[in-house]
Amino acid sequence: MSSYVAIADRDHEIEHHDPQTFIRKYVWSQDHKVIAIQYGITAIFVGLIALGLSLMMRLQLGFPNEFEFINPESYYQFITMHGMIMVIYLLTALFLGGFGNYLIPLMCGARDMVFPYMNMLSYWAYLLSVIILLASFFVPGGATGAGWTLYPPQAILPGTPGVEWGILLMLVSLAVFIVAFTMGGLNYVTTVLQARCRGMTLMRMPLSVWGIFIATILGLLAFPALLVSAIMMLFDMNLGTSFFMPAISSMGVDPGFVGGSPILFQHLFWFFGHPEVYIVALPAFGIVSDLLSVHARKNIFGYRMMVWALIAIGGLSFVVWAHHMYVSGMHPYFGFFFATTTLIIAVPTAIKVYNWVLTLWEGNIHLRVPMLFAIGFIFTFIHGGLTGLFLGNVTIDMPLSDTYFVVAHFHMVMGVSPILVVFGAIYHWFPKITGKMYNETLGKWHFWMTFLGTYAIYLPMHYLGFQGVPRRYFAMGNTDFLPESAQALNAAITISALFVAATQILFFVNMIWSMKSGKKADPNPWDATTLEWLTPDTPPKHGNWGPDLPVVHRWAYDYSVPGYEDDFIPQTVPPEQAPAGRDHGVVD
Amino acid sequence: MEYILIVLAVILGGLLGWLLKQTFNAEPWVADVVSDTAHQGPMNAHSKLIGLVTLLAVVTSFFALIVSAYTLRMDLGDWIPLTEPGILWMNTGVLVVASLAFQWTRNAAVRNDESKLLPGMIVTGLLTSVFVIGQFIAWQQLNASGQYVTSNPANAFFFFLTGAHAVHILGGMYVWTRATVRLMSGKDTESVRRSIELCALYWHFLLIVWLVLFGLLLST
Repeated sequence: MSSYVAIADRDHEIEHHDPQTFIRKYVWSQDHKVIAIQYGITAIFVGLIALGLSLMMRLQLGFPNEFEFINPESYYQFITMHGMIMVIYLLTALFLGGFGNYLIPLMCGARDMVFPYMNMLSYWAYLLSVIILLASFFVPGGATGAGWTLYPPQAILPGTPGVEWGILLMLVSLAVFIVAFTMGGLNYVTTVLQARCRGMTLMRMPLSVWGIFIATILGLLAFPALLVSAIMMLFDMNLGTSFFMPAISSMGVDPGFVGGSPILFQHLFWFFGHPEVYIVALPAFGIVSDLLSVHARKNIFGYRMMVWALIAIGGLSFVVWAHHMYVSGMHPYFGFFFATTTLIIAVPTAIKVYNWVLTLWEGNIHLRVPMLFAIGFIFTFIHGGLTGLFLGNVTIDMPLSDTYFVVAHFHMVMGVSPILVVFGAIYHWFPKITGKMYNETLGKWHFWMTFLGTYAIYLPMHYLGFQGVPRRYFAMGNTDFLPESAQALNAAITISALFVAATQILFFVNMIWSMKSGKKADPNPWDATTLEWLTPDTPPKHGNWGPDLPVVHRWAYDYSVPGYEDDFIPQTVPPEQAPAGRDHGVVD
Repeated sequence: MEYILIVLAVILGGLLGWLLKQTFNAEPWVADVVSDTAHQGPMNAHSKLIGLVTLLAVVTSFFALIVSAYTLRMDLGDWIPLTEPGILWMNTGVLVVASLAFQWTRNAAVRNDESKLLPGMIVTGLLTSVFVIGQFIAWQQLNASGQYVTSNPANAFFFFLTGAHAVHILGGMYVWTRATVRLMSGKDTESVRRSIELCALYWHFLLIVWLVLFGLLLST
């Protein structure tokens, strides 16, 4: 037709050079799989630091003032760095930089990302942002203690820990991260749009790719809000402008600000901050759909509905931001509007939950480790989602705001739930990434202790929240309305947290041991249909597909198709060799 | 925040329409011989163009957010409108001519008229440099007249907006430099022509952004 030819059609014209030297292969690599692993390892490394910080906070909350190395200043630094690292440097980077990089080209049937060089730059810029962030622990004054929301005016005024250097490094690190993410994000979007192999229509893509694709679009459009607010705060801090800073007296001194609006910062921050929740959640939604379908040997229930629910959630996530600001003194009609949009988001989300459960219905469920994590996700996500309905209503949010109920809510819905999917996904794709099988027994222990342990942490927090235990407090202080038992509960939560953190050792032992001495994995151990399991080599070599790109003839969910002897039909099998499954597994 | 919402509605609406066209009535469970919808249709342009358009969407979001913050901050009592330096009119004119020159170069590239490429690129580069220097002079004039960045939120936004726009121009100049150097070396003409086309699009985009920003600055 036109002079434009898609990448898959030009494949034979392109020469594929394998990188030869060690450095080109594993360090300055432009191969999406190596970059994915670099992203993954870096993200998990900072994640472990953030986990350590949360344990320090728990030690103080469970056993107040027993530990000399935790004082109010360091407690706020732990809170801030824990939150920021977990949300941005772990989850965003791991889902999009890690799984996005690994899965998009393999699941779409591409040889690599469309812009491999920019992809490499994306990782190194991400690493730079991590180094800048971690450096803030070691500068005079230490890391910033402004809370992960970095609200002005306190974020840049004396009295907040890290006001000397920590906040500066935090803002710079975020700016570098956003540049890194944008370079990666342009790649993910363009690769999905341009580099799919022949026959891979949009509506044949696995839901993992859909989730990552929509989340990337959200990230590309939402992260600029964080960049704008970071730059404006840098202006206020270093040049003395008054974008956000009101006329204020700081420790008896007039810092010279006039008339700025801290609420303006909150609008900008949450314009990024709310979509950020879905930047983390949508890839998890997509991946969990695939895990459930593969291990239940059933097509995903309502594939098209699932795709459109992802799109609807993505779109709606831009018009709910002010539900984080109900207590900022907004106009009641404003709050009414945002409560309404927030509750509307529950509709596509509920559709997804029903469809996951209905996928399990009458499935041939294999309770392997990835499946356990996927089902565990449904539990924790429903829990966290339902408490979101409470907090989405202005009148219920008012008394619960800034209590442990909120902490419990967002940890269930965007902490535990995505992390369970991360574990499920790592177990699921481990045989493809490493070519080795993990230890099933260790994996199951890891699941049950993590799953039950996180419930032991977060369920009691809801109750503490109802009682009015305030979040962010270093010590309870003047809170006579709380019974003695609140402290006992806090101690129990701390013990559970220490337990859950310790069980993660099982995961790392399993991964490292299996990588070295696990038994060799079958190329397609789960009998899955998607393209990444059909590579000629396991783990896939540079260029992924050998001499010829795959050609796709069907969607990713032909499981248990009646009239076919195997219970799965890979996407590359042409129709004359196998029937097509109809929706819900019925054949014409 | 209404400006960013309008911009996002346009971006997401366009995306939504395209996705609807791709997915409406699709029956994903039907297996058949390669149905090649992925490789047809208007989106089937070159990857670099898709990448650039995506980047432009990101930059649009960035500037729309600043404009939203501008209008929100403007409504708080202490705003004193800034009288923009007259040199901005000249700068705007120069940027318009630079964009036209780039379009002329781009047309020559499409027609494969190689003799016009290098002069076209150099004229464009010079004009754009004049624009950036002109913006810098505008800053100097403001500072000389006692209008510092801290004097008023209107001033702070003026420096922020013009600075952010200039940084994007400089990013474009980096790509322009690469293309020009490769053009001089005479190698790889096909891909140089391609990057001239994309660069021209970026220049037009930044011109539109500037016209919007300049209009906003003048009217407030």
